[in-house]
Amino acid sequence: MEAIVANTKKPMPVQGIVQCYHCGETCDNSLSDDNHFFCCEGCKFVYGLLKENGLCNYYELSQTPGIKIKGKFATEKFAYLDHADVQQKLIRFTDGTQSHVSFYLPQMHCASCIWLLENLHTIQPGILFSKTNFGRKEIFIAFNPEATSLRKVVELLAFVGYEPYISFNDSEAKKPRKVSRKQIFKIGVAGFCFSNIMMLSFPEYFSSGNITESYLKHIFSYLNLFLALPVFFYCASEFFISAWKGLQQKWLNIDAPIALSILITFSRSVYEVLSGTGAGYFDSMAGIVLFMLAGRWFQNKTYDSFSFDRDYKSYFPLGVTVIKDGKESPVPISALQSDDHIIVRHNEMIPADAVLIKGEGNIDYSFVSGENTPVVKNKGELIYAGARQLSGSIELQVVKTVSQSYITQLWNNNEVFGPQKNKDKSFIHPWSRYFTVVLFSIAASAGIYWWFVNPANILPAVSAALIVACPCSLLLSATFTFGNMLRIFGKNQFYLKNSSIIEALSRINTIVFDKTGTLTHTAKATIEFNGQPLTQAEKSIIYSAVKESAHPLSRMLKKAFLQEETIENLYVENFRELAGKGIEATISNSHIRIGSQTFVTGEQLKAPANGTQVWIAINGQTRGCFQISNSYRQGVKEMARKLNEGKFDLHVLSGDNAAEKENLQQIFGTTAPLQFNQSPQSKLEYIKLLKDQDPASRVLMLGDGLNDAGALRQSDVGVAVSENTSQFTPACDAIMDSTQAGKLHAFLAYARSGKFIVTASFILSILYNIVGLSFAVQALLSPLVAAILMPLSSISIVTFVTIATSVSARKKGL
Amino acid sequence: MGVLVILIAISILVAGGFLAAFIWSVKKGQYDDDYTPSVRMLFDDNPSNNNNSNSKIS
Repeated sequence: MEAIVANTKKPMPVQGIVQCYHCGETCDNSLSDDNHFFCCEGCKFVYGLLKENGLCNYYELSQTPGIKIKGKFATEKFAYLDHADVQQKLIRFTDGTQSHVSFYLPQMHCASCIWLLENLHTIQPGILFSKTNFGRKEIFIAFNPEATSLRKVVELLAFVGYEPYISFNDSEAKKPRKVSRKQIFKIGVAGFCFSNIMMLSFPEYFSSGNITESYLKHIFSYLNLFLALPVFFYCASEFFISAWKGLQQKWLNIDAPIALSILITFSRSVYEVLSGTGAGYFDSMAGIVLFMLAGRWFQNKTYDSFSFDRDYKSYFPLGVTVIKDGKESPVPISALQSDDHIIVRHNEMIPADAVLIKGEGNIDYSFVSGENTPVVKNKGELIYAGARQLSGSIELQVVKTVSQSYITQLWNNNEVFGPQKNKDKSFIHPWSRYFTVVLFSIAASAGIYWWFVNPANILPAVSAALIVACPCSLLLSATFTFGNMLRIFGKNQFYLKNSSIIEALSRINTIVFDKTGTLTHTAKATIEFNGQPLTQAEKSIIYSAVKESAHPLSRMLKKAFLQEETIENLYVENFRELAGKGIEATISNSHIRIGSQTFVTGEQLKAPANGTQVWIAINGQTRGCFQISNSYRQGVKEMARKLNEGKFDLHVLSGDNAAEKENLQQIFGTTAPLQFNQSPQSKLEYIKLLKDQDPASRVLMLGDGLNDAGALRQSDVGVAVSENTSQFTPACDAIMDSTQAGKLHAFLAYARSGKFIVTASFILSILYNIVGLSFAVQALLSPLVAAILMPLSSISIVTFVTIATSVSARKKGL
Repeated sequence: MGVLVILIAISILVAGGFLAAFIWSVKKGQYDDDYTPSVRMLFDDNPSNNNNSNSKIS
């Protein structure tokens, strides 16, 4: 049995509650340095290090910028970084004297972070320079591999609180940046060509096509043709490619009529210039290409600092310590074989299903099952991958390789259902198809009319109809509406993976909630004491005891006691922490036991009705227990009421027991289906069942952890609720800050209003098309009319949708 | 009117120069990160020294 004996400290009364100078956590004033108070030795030590290196600016740029050091990390944790294979994968460039490496640091959150991270070279001289990208939460480090090592660099980062997130997934597939740069180039080139073509077309327009010097007229039109070439062949290429791909799959997408329109405009203009019959419509063509490219770029706003497609691999450690012939060596987890003996240290994750062979397991399965309370495991018991070891180091024998472990299997299984996701095609495409059909019939009837009246007008009328009735305004209204909505959602801390999710959201009629972490707080809980009332002195005794323990329940109690003014910090003797049971200590000559019912009272009466209980016994006398229950997030009840009014089907899945049933029924109504004791697999199957039972149902799943990951992927829209958006979230379609969970009904209503806005602007653009077509079919469409009508319709549509989306957001309370 | 031809040539050259400058700046990565440089700029004059000198004056 493992016991930790506390450092003996001199008693010191607590005068008041202070904030840790480093991380800002409320604490007592027992630890101090230079008149600053600290919550733990870790924070104090980091402060010491920064002070030694003259980096105290860190604390002046922002208030309490530090990140709380969560337990001391084992020195062997990053040993795998000495492995040549791992280094080769992570280091982007090296020439023996300089190595370049990039890390994702999710903890980066303020100006102080940037400052400290860019001054790392003062702490470790082997680092040549470091540069952060705050938006992407990335750091680029150049270091001298002779003076320091990759492992030392990572250890320093972890030590100051910014433990990098390292995953082979990321390092293997990286370079998203290039694509978006190409888009910017295209917009730049289109803008350049458009403005110059416009300028060169003015003489033609102002002279009504009668430029007296014919050589000038030639120069202008040939220059226009020359400038239109890059627009047609480079900038507009993506429309042709997308239209062609659609046609190959026998699918007429919105790019098909656009590509056709660009093609006809270009060929007619080229013909006019070469034959000397006119100036062409190059400016209109360059204009619409520019507007559409800008619309696409606006719509494709991405949240770089979030990752929406992490799978289990991103959660797992990269390396693990393997014992072979009595020697420890770090091994990348992909190279792990069954029957290997591995060592898992305090707070590390077990990477593969394995049997415990040495040490005592105190296993936290919250990652796999969502269950909060740790489980004690003994020798010979099987522990599933994804579990976290909470106390001391253990030795295990691997039973299955990483890719065959339970949680991994769940994931791989899920790939089978994967492709079904969002099978609904956007409602814009059918519109564009009707549009194309109507357009062709109008052009055909105009052609037939002129064939009888004046055959010379057939070609001008037909081609003009196809030029002016460009469906680009359809595309523009959709791209700008969704682009602006994406930003408004983002402002409300609801980050969508891409704009197609807005449409998927508008179709949702069934909502499935995960209870723990989604509806309830993970860290915040209501604490009630049942039993004989405690005196102030006794409260101080309990506070002093729980302060020594790092167990989550102890920390909750400690926080609760700090709310009271008169708590004293007392001298703790004979402190022992028994894994999975509780703590005991002698304080002010009183012997105190805090922990589970069996540990404290020696008997187990019955399982608690709801929540978790922490029992207290002082001098062998049971005093009662603290009832710790999850508290529901603010606004949940109101949200459930509004969603019920909105005729959504609400379901609740919970990995916990049925203790909260009554509370949930109060919130969701008695008819809402509630499921308890759900495993990750059964959550996934529940969603599948919902979709199979009613093919018309579109399911939104709200979940928080990897235990919901399968269900999030199975649903039509998976929303990951995150307490801290810098934390990792499982693969999903959207990430929501947990404080915004109560706004779900408003988000859904807003997504629905998006469809109305797009439809309204379609109607507006059809009005423009009617005006344009009425000129075109009469064979009266001059380049001047086209040059005025096209930008006018584009700009007015963009203005309309921007105003409409903002007004609608305000109405919905976003 | 021959001067017009020269002027047009110049204007397109100037515009082309700006286009080249734009492409160069995108290639250099100037649009990759639009937040960090705005903060980094403020670090150059040491804030703690500033505070000290301010307190001396006042």
